Amino acid sequence: MTGPLLEIDDVVCDFPLPHSPLARIGRRERAVLRAVDHVTLSVAVGSCLAIVGESGCGKSTLARAVVGLVTPTSGTIRLDEQALAPRRDPATQRRIQMVFQDPSSSLNPKLTVGETIDELIRHHRLRPPHQVKARCRELLEEVELPASVYDLRPQALSGGQRQRAAIARALALEPDLLIADEAVSALDVSVQAAILNLLNRLRHELGLAMLFISHDLSVVRHVSDDVAVLYLGQVVETRPAAELFGGPAHPYTKALFSAAPRLDVVRRPGGNTLAGELPSAIDRPIGCPVHSRCPVAIARCASDRPALIEVGGGLAACHLLPTPEP
Amino acid sequence: MTVLSVDRLRVELVRNRTPITPVDDVSLSLDRGEILGIAGESGSGKSLTLKALSGLLPVPSSVSGAFCADLDGRGVAPYRPADVRGHGISFVFQEPMTALNPTMRVVDQIALHARVVGGLGKPSARATALDLMSDVGIPDPRRRGRMWPHELSGGLRQRVMIGVALSSNPKILLCDEPTTALDGSTQDQILALLLRLRDERQLSIIFVTHDLAVLRSLCDRVAVMYAGRLAEHGPTTPVFETPRHPYTALLLRSTPPMTPVNGPLPAIAGQPPDPGAMPEGCRFAPRCDWANEPCRSTEHTLVGGVHITSCIRSDELEHEGSTTRLGVEQT
Repeated sequence: MTGPLLEIDDVVCDFPLPHSPLARIGRRERAVLRAVDHVTLSVAVGSCLAIVGESGCGKSTLARAVVGLVTPTSGTIRLDEQALAPRRDPATQRRIQMVFQDPSSSLNPKLTVGETIDELIRHHRLRPPHQVKARCRELLEEVELPASVYDLRPQALSGGQRQRAAIARALALEPDLLIADEAVSALDVSVQAAILNLLNRLRHELGLAMLFISHDLSVVRHVSDDVAVLYLGQVVETRPAAELFGGPAHPYTKALFSAAPRLDVVRRPGGNTLAGELPSAIDRPIGCPVHSRCPVAIARCASDRPALIEVGGGLAACHLLPTPEP
Repeated sequence: MTVLSVDRLRVELVRNRTPITPVDDVSLSLDRGEILGIAGESGSGKSLTLKALSGLLPVPSSVSGAFCADLDGRGVAPYRPADVRGHGISFVFQEPMTALNPTMRVVDQIALHARVVGGLGKPSARATALDLMSDVGIPDPRRRGRMWPHELSGGLRQRVMIGVALSSNPKILLCDEPTTALDGSTQDQILALLLRLRDERQLSIIFVTHDLAVLRSLCDRVAVMYAGRLAEHGPTTPVFETPRHPYTALLLRSTPPMTPVNGPLPAIAGQPPDPGAMPEGCRFAPRCDWANEPCRSTEHTLVGGVHITSCIRSDELEHEGSTTRLGVEQT
């Protein structure tokens, strides 16, 4: 197979806001929240792309667009060079699966773990009926859950076990791409480490490609091959993980690094170089999305939106970066 | 100078008609202008400890222990937790959206507290509230003050909540995971605010979180809790660099570093015990690689002077801590 598994090509996700009565009287244009703004990314077969950014940067919306929970306003998402239709057939749906942040609200509380997984295998006819139960036990073993979990409801499981059950549910459909949306953010550190190890092992054993969404840079370091940094729905930097962690190029990425508390560097809080707060996705700034908070912004940043240019193995969008030689 | 001390705190609750003891034998003290961090995983009893200090536990619970505090500058005296809440000890909650009143403009919430607790009149309470808002770093307090909590961003809401907590001019601030729901850059701003308030007002702060890296950058002393008991307690640097309890060392190791790790991350096997069925002896022993027979039978005691641990084998074991570089900035 050549070419990437997943291509996100110039995707835009707009959410029209409800009409306010005043706007209706004034016949004004309906306000639009643009959650994802012309994003182009790709995931190679068996590799992991991490998407990082603050809350409200559009990373979850992008994931939901890929899995088909949100229909993009424009742009295309291609899987194996086939554009995905807004309404997908079950066979395509099966190939992209998602693990959500909070397993206690994404697993059905009334079904046992076994019933949840069996139902999926039966519905998609992935195994003949008499093998369904055996396949389910195999999946539980794969995610390192004891076989007794089969008959338990999510309520009886610990947080880490629930997240394992959610991963088993996603794997039941034998997907090519697994989307993990903040899948370890709600877990304690010791459990988080175990789930990260599990995801890494599954990736290598099953050749899974992964879209890993997180706001935690140190977690991203341990799972991703490539990293895309999103700000206000736009990609500001996308590079191989080793390059990005070796030296971020974009001022926003640098600021994210400077704000992350670390165990190995003692630093007084307040080193964060980003001023103020994330601008609204409704009244979006003109020019570079970061310019209102950027410590090194110049006049041009407020008027021109910088294009993504090549920098150290990947792309970054900043006027201050040297333009590569043609 | 000690402003708060609690000796042998024990919290008993009833769960499904069986009594449980989620916090047992926890002794802590806090100096003036000091930040004490309490670390632990979910269910370790860290939040309950904080709530017990300020009388915020649910009603069918029994709390025992000796609470002493110096809230008026006249020396340390015993207190009843429910009497000091708001009067000398204030609380900052994790989720400002649920802790703030959604039907009240934010300036009024700060002013209300200043009126009820501080005994101020309406106009002066409002002026105090506006002062506090700018003090906690809310730009344009007159305009923001008229807003409702839902109109503010998470960071501003948390600043409002710190403003409410400060409106009674407390000596001690109890913070229960105040930055867990915030983004990295906002978290950094709130931590910097707490440090500034500590310096300006000589506030004493207890900061509870599961994020060890936050404690590393913020606290003077750190206590690590496991299954309702103190595992380790001491000045921040020794606790992080030369931990004396295996649990602390394992927690530090399982926190993913920014640098690449070869192979899997070290995770802690097993799960914390159920509060209804706590193991005998050291409660961490079932998950501990170093546990031996005495660990499972010896009663919980804390050993050591300044840097104390509940591990009875701490003298024979050496744990690897997190190696730290001082003041190195990432560029």
